[in-house]
Amino acid sequence: MSSHSYEESKKIVFKGMILLGVITLLEVCIALLGNGHLIHGFELPKLIMYPLMIGLSMYKAYFIVYEFMHMRYEIKSLAMTVLLPTLLLVWAVIAFFQEGGSWGARRQQIKDFNQEYVEGQESLNIDADTKVLEAEH
Amino acid sequence: MATDTVTDHHVDTDQEASWTGGGSPFNVSYGKLMMWYFLLSDAFTFAGFLIAYGALRFSMPTWPVPDFVFSTFPGGIHDAPLIFVTVMTFVLILSSVTMVRAVQEGHRENIKGVVFWMLMTIIGGLSFLGCQAWEWTTLIKGESVSVTTNPFGTHSEGGVYTVDTHGHPYAAGVEAETFAAGDPYLIHKGEDGEWIKRSYQTAGGKLGEQEFGPKQFGALFFFITGFHGFHVFSGVLFLTIIMVNVASGVYVKRRNGNEMVEKIGLYWHFVDLVWVFVFLVFYLL
Repeated sequence: MSSHSYEESKKIVFKGMILLGVITLLEVCIALLGNGHLIHGFELPKLIMYPLMIGLSMYKAYFIVYEFMHMRYEIKSLAMTVLLPTLLLVWAVIAFFQEGGSWGARRQQIKDFNQEYVEGQESLNIDADTKVLEAEH
Repeated sequence: MATDTVTDHHVDTDQEASWTGGGSPFNVSYGKLMMWYFLLSDAFTFAGFLIAYGALRFSMPTWPVPDFVFSTFPGGIHDAPLIFVTVMTFVLILSSVTMVRAVQEGHRENIKGVVFWMLMTIIGGLSFLGCQAWEWTTLIKGESVSVTTNPFGTHSEGGVYTVDTHGHPYAAGVEAETFAAGDPYLIHKGEDGEWIKRSYQTAGGKLGEQEFGPKQFGALFFFITGFHGFHVFSGVLFLTIIMVNVASGVYVKRRNGNEMVEKIGLYWHFVDLVWVFVFLVFYLL
């Protein structure tokens, strides 16, 4: 429970609204500026844009949970039982993004193999072979 | 018995006393604690979906560019990247703010205040759903995106189009349209319902034709924003039920500062929280 007075709490809510709105605007501005929509011919590298936008979103998430959902005013052990398990997602993100990248690399590898020219053989183009088979059926 | 729900929590500082039971180590009611744990599990569900989106996106050589895909605005405007979805985000933030006000008025047992602010929250939720309906309609009817077809492609090489936007050879005197590597395009549907895939010649001299973008895009977009929209929808239903209960004095007897409003408030903020991440991965990155 908040230990603030009613008037104080009302002010915090108003400040929170302004804060979330400004951060959202900032994020959109970074996206538009970075992709060259605001200034003609000016773009930001993704390595600057992405960490900025992810960081701002994380701050928004923190603010919503701690102020709007009152996590700040709960007992610490309650907060920890809810917040600590989400750390598991860090590994999930690393593992699955690595996995996704690997799918793409394998797909590209197969494409490259298909275009390889081997002496003495007409073609190893599996795509073409499949199409022939489909046509026969 | 209504008096059962009266909350009288205290923190046991004395470890011995905790073992005798009856205390509330987290100093919250059972209902609120379980709402937190439900939200935790729901967070994992959404995280699973968003991570699947990331993994599939990483496995594709190209991906639809958000500020090209989401650049329409009501009134026939087609060149307003991300503006409409920013409006949607503001609507959701505002409804979150009105929800906090409802909870505050609940603590003061101000029934009129609670009902007013909850009503504002419901209006915010419905506006968000209306915006989402418009967005989906534009994508499905206007741009022919479906769960299996994604007409938003990306050029991997620069070049020049050999036909105009209607798929006809260029008229005499019209300069052919050029494109660079990484430029996004949308394959339009002709009046006969056939796709108009424009043919082109790359700078390297290769002849080609526009191809569909990664088909996972539509399925992921409609499923994840749909799942979020369904959360908003069920949130509006529960808000309405609880607002009616507040107005009819159901929670007054419980004398717990309208805790039910607080619980639905937690859920509503969570919906806003999820949108922060949906907004990030679908529209910003």
